[in-house]
Amino acid sequence: MFGLSMKTIYLLIPLSPLAGAIIAGLFGWKIGKVGAHVVTILGVTVSFVLSAFVVLPDVLAGHVFNGPVYTWGVSGNIPMEIGFLIDPLSALMMTVVSFVSLMVHIYTIGYMRDDPGYQRFFSYIALFTFSMLILVMSNNFLQLFFGWEAVGVMSYLLIGFWFTRESAIVANLKAFLVNRIGDFGFILGIAAIYYYFGTLDYGAVFAMAPQFTDKVVQVFPGLDWNVLTLIAILLFVGAMGKSAQVPLHVWLPDSMEGPTPISALIHAATMVTAGVFMVARMSPLYELSETALSVVIVIGAVTAISMALLGIVQNDIKRVVAYSTLSQLGYMMVALGASAYAAGIFHLMTHAFFKALLFLAAGSVIIALHHEQDMRKMGGLKKYMPITFITAWIGALALAGIPPFAGFFSKDMIIEAVHLSQVPGSGFAYIAVLSGVFVTALYTFRMLFLTFEGKPRMDEHALRHVKESPWVVTVPLILLAIPSFIIGALMVEPLLFENYFGDSIKVLAAHDVVAQLGRQYEGLWSFVSHALVSAPFLLAVGGIFTAWLLYIRYPHLPDLISKRTRMVYTILVNKYFADEFNNFVFAGGTRIFGRWLWKIGDVKLIDGLAVNGTARVIGWISAVIRHVQSGYVYHYAFAMILGLFLLITFFLHG
Amino acid sequence: MIPLEHYLILGAVLFSLSVVGIFLNRKNLVILLMAIELMLLAVNMNFVAFSHYLGDAAGQVFVFFILTVAAAEAAIGLAILVVVFRNRRSINVEDLDTLKG
Amino acid sequence: MTFEMPNILPAVPEIFVFSMACVILIVDLFLSERRRIVSYLLAQATLIGAAILTFKLMVSEPVFTFSNMFVADRLADVLKLAIYAVTASVFVYSRDYLRTRGMYRGEYFVLGLFGVVGMMIIVSAGHFLTLYLGLELLALSLYAMVAFQRDSSQATEAAMKYFVLGAMASGMLLYGMSILYGVTGNLEIAAVRRALAGMDADNVMLIFGLVFVIVGIAFKLGAVPFHMWVPDVYHGAPTSVTLYIGTAPKLAAFALVIRLLIGGLENLAASWQDILVILAVLSMGVGNVIAIAQDNIKRMLAYSSISHMGFFLLGILSATPNGYSSAMFYVLIYAVMSLGSFGMIILLSRSGFEAERLEDFKGLNQRSPWYALLMLILMFSMAGVPPTVGFYAKLLVIQAVIGVGMVPLAIVAVLFAVIGAYYYLRIIKLMYFDEAEDKTPIVAGGDVRLLMGVNVMLLLAIMPWIGVIIDLCSQAIKQLS
Repeated sequence: MFGLSMKTIYLLIPLSPLAGAIIAGLFGWKIGKVGAHVVTILGVTVSFVLSAFVVLPDVLAGHVFNGPVYTWGVSGNIPMEIGFLIDPLSALMMTVVSFVSLMVHIYTIGYMRDDPGYQRFFSYIALFTFSMLILVMSNNFLQLFFGWEAVGVMSYLLIGFWFTRESAIVANLKAFLVNRIGDFGFILGIAAIYYYFGTLDYGAVFAMAPQFTDKVVQVFPGLDWNVLTLIAILLFVGAMGKSAQVPLHVWLPDSMEGPTPISALIHAATMVTAGVFMVARMSPLYELSETALSVVIVIGAVTAISMALLGIVQNDIKRVVAYSTLSQLGYMMVALGASAYAAGIFHLMTHAFFKALLFLAAGSVIIALHHEQDMRKMGGLKKYMPITFITAWIGALALAGIPPFAGFFSKDMIIEAVHLSQVPGSGFAYIAVLSGVFVTALYTFRMLFLTFEGKPRMDEHALRHVKESPWVVTVPLILLAIPSFIIGALMVEPLLFENYFGDSIKVLAAHDVVAQLGRQYEGLWSFVSHALVSAPFLLAVGGIFTAWLLYIRYPHLPDLISKRTRMVYTILVNKYFADEFNNFVFAGGTRIFGRWLWKIGDVKLIDGLAVNGTARVIGWISAVIRHVQSGYVYHYAFAMILGLFLLITFFLHG
Repeated sequence: MIPLEHYLILGAVLFSLSVVGIFLNRKNLVILLMAIELMLLAVNMNFVAFSHYLGDAAGQVFVFFILTVAAAEAAIGLAILVVVFRNRRSINVEDLDTLKG
Repeated sequence: MTFEMPNILPAVPEIFVFSMACVILIVDLFLSERRRIVSYLLAQATLIGAAILTFKLMVSEPVFTFSNMFVADRLADVLKLAIYAVTASVFVYSRDYLRTRGMYRGEYFVLGLFGVVGMMIIVSAGHFLTLYLGLELLALSLYAMVAFQRDSSQATEAAMKYFVLGAMASGMLLYGMSILYGVTGNLEIAAVRRALAGMDADNVMLIFGLVFVIVGIAFKLGAVPFHMWVPDVYHGAPTSVTLYIGTAPKLAAFALVIRLLIGGLENLAASWQDILVILAVLSMGVGNVIAIAQDNIKRMLAYSSISHMGFFLLGILSATPNGYSSAMFYVLIYAVMSLGSFGMIILLSRSGFEAERLEDFKGLNQRSPWYALLMLILMFSMAGVPPTVGFYAKLLVIQAVIGVGMVPLAIVAVLFAVIGAYYYLRIIKLMYFDEAEDKTPIVAGGDVRLLMGVNVMLLLAIMPWIGVIIDLCSQAIKQLS
């Protein structure tokens, strides 16, 4: 195209957002707000157009590229090179990442309009896009790690973007610390790969992997581990950090302190899926270890159900969406654990669209209410914000898995795949994802009803100012609503049953649940009509109905009572009544459990003990042992003598 | 002829004395400087003894250099001692404790 | 017996720096306070001249002279060039600092140059005697420099402690050397190596000598438990002197390790490996943990330097050429990072105010986003966060350790690196997320500002040429054997 070689195009895709980021970051003061968003959007548009219209068709035509594009130099035995692996998997990811990123860039123009850090923000998100593209395009572990860390750093900077908020700083540090735990596992995994395989190149490692199936390593004396299992689990620890799986999920809900476009870009559509992508990319390793797959499926299932339950008790609109993201990431992991990599990636793609849509819709509501995020102070917005309302509905239907919306296909595939899977733990996972469907529909529509239906609960002043968001906000909403609607039906056949991924994903015949699904699959219509009487669909409808019962049907009851009593302060009581009512309905069931889980499990145990506790213990140790440095020179001399004697005794007796 | 071991033991005893002098002395900085000199002398004793028994003069040349450097070191040490005294009006080892932790 | 004139050519840079230091000492006497800049410029010219000489005299094969007491090889050339560059930057950073505090005297530069000569001699030493003389020349200059601020009771206290402990450490090093001399009958490092080749490594005397020598080296590096001087000296000394102590002498200490342990005692590697494992783990642990409790940034960086020396030892203790070159890379990068960090403290200080407390970094982003960004990069690099070069330095040493099968040690190292990240990040938090208490604008000379930018950006910009530097290190190491 235009005489450009494919290699140049591959390089252009990540480099154009980088160029935009550098210009906006360094010369932002000079080119102004308009200049900053023009250059970055231009950069990301170039990436998107090239990914979607040049690379993707090229890959579909069968041109897989794997090799270095630039070598910095060879040092010792690590070649320092930038290499790309462009195959169906990475081409799909590139397209999704650049598209969502483009939408978020456009949306940000409206969302951050009055923010003093406007240029800086654009620079950051463009830089993030660059890092994410590097991550998905890399063909070796070193570069993968670079992208992995770079997206982490950008997310760290972006969560703390509003650094004047105390909570943003806390969230920000927490995100960084938790991710470091994940990275610890990840880097150990990479180190183990280098140690055993002697190379960091994907192709070479995958080719050698089958020879290692019987190799064991002694992690601790007396404890033998299969090398591949060890590597796969270590890498998965990294994925747990980045993709926020239990128990490393704690940073994600708090990260909602960042501006909403960030929540959409990083914490829904792209960065958090890096872990999912990585596991799918490493499928040749995971396939060889049943244990690792089992770990993945169990962790994913626990995340899927427990996080969905927490979604019911949240009042902050963004937190609901955040917990929903956690739960959906769990679904993706479950798919990976069941060896249905294609289904996992399919869900990743549909989720990227509809979750970005939901986040941006939530953001649109938040702008309209002047940065109010509490759903108890919303309600009745549908007539003020029709576009946001309709698009949010589409997003919600997709999330709840109602046909023919996108989420239905991907989620149904996952559930079917888990049903067929033979991996240990898949039985538990099946129950978890199935009941998750009901809970998902419940919290999604609770959010939708509380926000858009019923009577407005905000104060007069705020209500007067409510109006539909500007076009830079609504256009991305509409553009995201379209794929959220149709992409499932459009892509389900080519992606899952026509061997789209080819060699980029490897599945052992014994695990190949997707192929089994393919044999049962008899076309789109029969799939949909069959699904209409199946358990997931009924559960989803049940969830929506319950939400409707609780948030549309019953809120009128307290109203009626108030009218009869004709009390002057009815409105106050009315509000209170609704809350009490909610409490009462859920008292016996999910709410208490969810709250308990959130309070005890999340806040106390994981946050308090695992994260803050460790930091506190180290701080305490530090404060104690600093007194060894007493200030007296004879103590210092004594320490030296003691050291000398200990070393000598160590030798004479050891 | 006195065997090599005796010299080495003497050297070790001198070295230990100087070490003990450094960390048991809690009063006077001048004693610290003396202990350091003693330590270098212990080393010299070792070098001379080895040099003699190996029949190699290099060890004794080394001793000359150590003696010279020791003189320079003592000069710097005393100079620092003087500024310490000027600042604090004390050369008590225990008073040097403002930097710690 | 005839006396042959030795080949002095390889030692010309040393002779040049030494003579120039003497010249400056005399010239400075005749300068008024106003024209003190002459001393400064002469000192800089000396370093540049020395760099040119070293560059011109660069050798492709090792050359021995002065009866094998002096070696010129690739390692010496690379380290000397690095020492000049680092020292010249130290002088640039220090000038304003000294001037505003009434310490702008020629002695600072003269002592600095004598220290450089000492370091150069250590770097080129081929004999226990030259090693000792270089070490003492460096140490004596440092003692005097720490006590340079004569009216500060903190600085003089630090100098006294440094002197007592340093003299004791040299005594131990010498004691070890004397025993090694007795066992091997040689003082020349290459001959010691040859003599050891045919010897039983379990010899008690040999072990004794080895332990004493390592204690001396560990003191110079500041490895736990021989580290106690580091925090007090870094804290007490005037910041410009801390800057000097914290940078170039680390390169010399590396040379000391290479010349003594690897050049002379490599046959005992099995023995010293164990000692270094203990020292490295203790240094990484104690350094990183105690740093968390510090509220003085100089002291915090002192503990951080202790932990960095622990990481540096990882490369050495792997006892492979690959490990040595990764350690060399680490120490070069560390010198640049340390230069930038202490330089930043100097930059933020002004007359009557030392930016030493962590709180002084609060809200730096509001006062100057540029310096906050530079500090962010420095701290990320110190913590080993990619894509800074500090990450590669850590990666290489850890790789070296894994390469010899010490996986648990590598895990421990990574763990301590994670703990260490905490206190570096705390500075970033203070800079970006806290309200500035002191809103005074930052003033600095153009040369300092430019150098600071170059210094820090080097940590990022060098990435594409990392391969070149690593090659340089491994070539230098290859020449040793």
